[in-house]
Amino acid sequence: MPNAASKSYLPPGLPIPRPTPDGLDKPFWDAAARHELVVQKCAKCATLQFAPEWICYKCHSFELTWQKLSGRGRIYSWERVWNPAHPALKDALPYIVVLVELDGTDNIRMVGNLLGDPKQEVRIGAEVEAVFEDHPEHQFTLINWRLSP
Amino acid sequence: MSEYTVKDKVAIVGIGETAYYKRGGAPVPEFVLCCEAILKAADDAGIKVEDIDGFASFATERNAAARVAAALGVKHFSLANMVWNGGGGGGSAAIGNAAAAIAAGYSKYVVVYRALAQGQFGRFGASAPMTSVSGAMGAYSNFSSYVAPYGLLAPAHWVALRVRRFMHEHNLNQDPLAAIALASYHHAQFNPRAVMHGRPLTREQYDKSRWVVEPFHLYDCCMENDGAAAAILTSAERARDLKQKPAYVMAAAQGSGFRTEVAAENTWDYPTANFKTVAPRLFEMAGITAKDVDVAQMYEHFTGGVVMAMVEHGFCQPEELMEFCTFENLIAPNGKLPLNTSGGNLAECYVHGMELINEAVRQVRGTSTRQVKDAEISLVVSGPMVAQGVSDLLLHG
Repeated sequence: MPNAASKSYLPPGLPIPRPTPDGLDKPFWDAAARHELVVQKCAKCATLQFAPEWICYKCHSFELTWQKLSGRGRIYSWERVWNPAHPALKDALPYIVVLVELDGTDNIRMVGNLLGDPKQEVRIGAEVEAVFEDHPEHQFTLINWRLSP
Repeated sequence: MSEYTVKDKVAIVGIGETAYYKRGGAPVPEFVLCCEAILKAADDAGIKVEDIDGFASFATERNAAARVAAALGVKHFSLANMVWNGGGGGGSAAIGNAAAAIAAGYSKYVVVYRALAQGQFGRFGASAPMTSVSGAMGAYSNFSSYVAPYGLLAPAHWVALRVRRFMHEHNLNQDPLAAIALASYHHAQFNPRAVMHGRPLTREQYDKSRWVVEPFHLYDCCMENDGAAAAILTSAERARDLKQKPAYVMAAAQGSGFRTEVAAENTWDYPTANFKTVAPRLFEMAGITAKDVDVAQMYEHFTGGVVMAMVEHGFCQPEELMEFCTFENLIAPNGKLPLNTSGGNLAECYVHGMELINEAVRQVRGTSTRQVKDAEISLVVSGPMVAQGVSDLLLHG
């Protein structure tokens, strides 16, 4: 059962993610809205890739499909942000950003916020799972992370 | 190999810069700063500015070559070259491209320039005022819909993840980062051009300064300034008849490795400064190793990238960093690797690293305000951790 967040980790006002006008990453955002984490999969050689691109970097096929992942991973790196680089963050400091190595992939990582106490000690290697954060007012869903129980 | 290189065929013969200002401090428009830096470089070289025929720059340079050439009354306009984005990673690459154009006979005098008045345009440390983000925006894949909504909005945010991972893998504490900041501030105290001249920094101040983003304290981050700098190159033959002692280009290299430029922090070999393929090409072209380098200017938008770059250029192994990357080792004139001897991006002026190139020239001329005795070989490392590409330059006297 996917995890759904009850409220957003960061306050409103940050840039709203929109699918690229050329349609490249629409399936990624559509999947997130269904509370699924997907990355590209080459129909020809089965290589997984992220961020999305129009061509498989390994075999150069343009036939790319999307693969659903478990939504689990490990913290590969992290940071605690203390400066408001955007006015919307002025009262939201500090916050934690993690870079998560995704289970079932070769070297694919995803950025998200680590839920919980923003002053918590963060351990590289800790197991985490995706939490889907819906923003119905602007019709997008973010993928955050929480420590696996 | 030698027939394919620019080694000893080209020299930097003139350098110039404006007064350096805090962000918002420049009394004139950025374009005026740009022209002023180029005029000073021509004067330093002893050539007429109208005789410059090639123009090269990098990053998001706004002052287009054609406008500058027209404004300066250039007679023959033979080259407009721009390193394809990559911010500060393009500094030495622009010098390398200029050197190649001269060696190929395209141009006689090429000026490499960068004018950057952050007070008149956007700050690098603040997010652009945009309400939405789609995919990887423009040439800067760092800013993308896959990271911005999570609060990764500025260069410090992007590279902190790399540095944290590197520190984790090699058991580093804050000391090597602090040493770089302290060395830059120390050198700036001897340099009247430096914005932080007269503002020394102690380790205690460093430790007490606010976090911008862990693991970067305030003093691990470059300044935001107004200023411009320029360097003029010509053939070794012409260089011999000009005013200054030539700073010969020993080698230049640019680029990156396998899938370095992938959005959403998916650089394949992540905890690196991206020099693993570039630095070996540099040293091969020059025919030297790191041991032969007398003085280094390493681009520090954030100290952590310099730490990685030291390893990737062969100055030490990762496990030796805690002992090698110390204040004593990094200061001129007697440190093992005198680093950023003008104060650099942290304490002289953030001109996207162009000021570091001019300082590298001063060191081989023997005219730095913190001169390394008998400096023969001077290294410039441009843009550690810049995913879009990095570059290197070696000069000798």
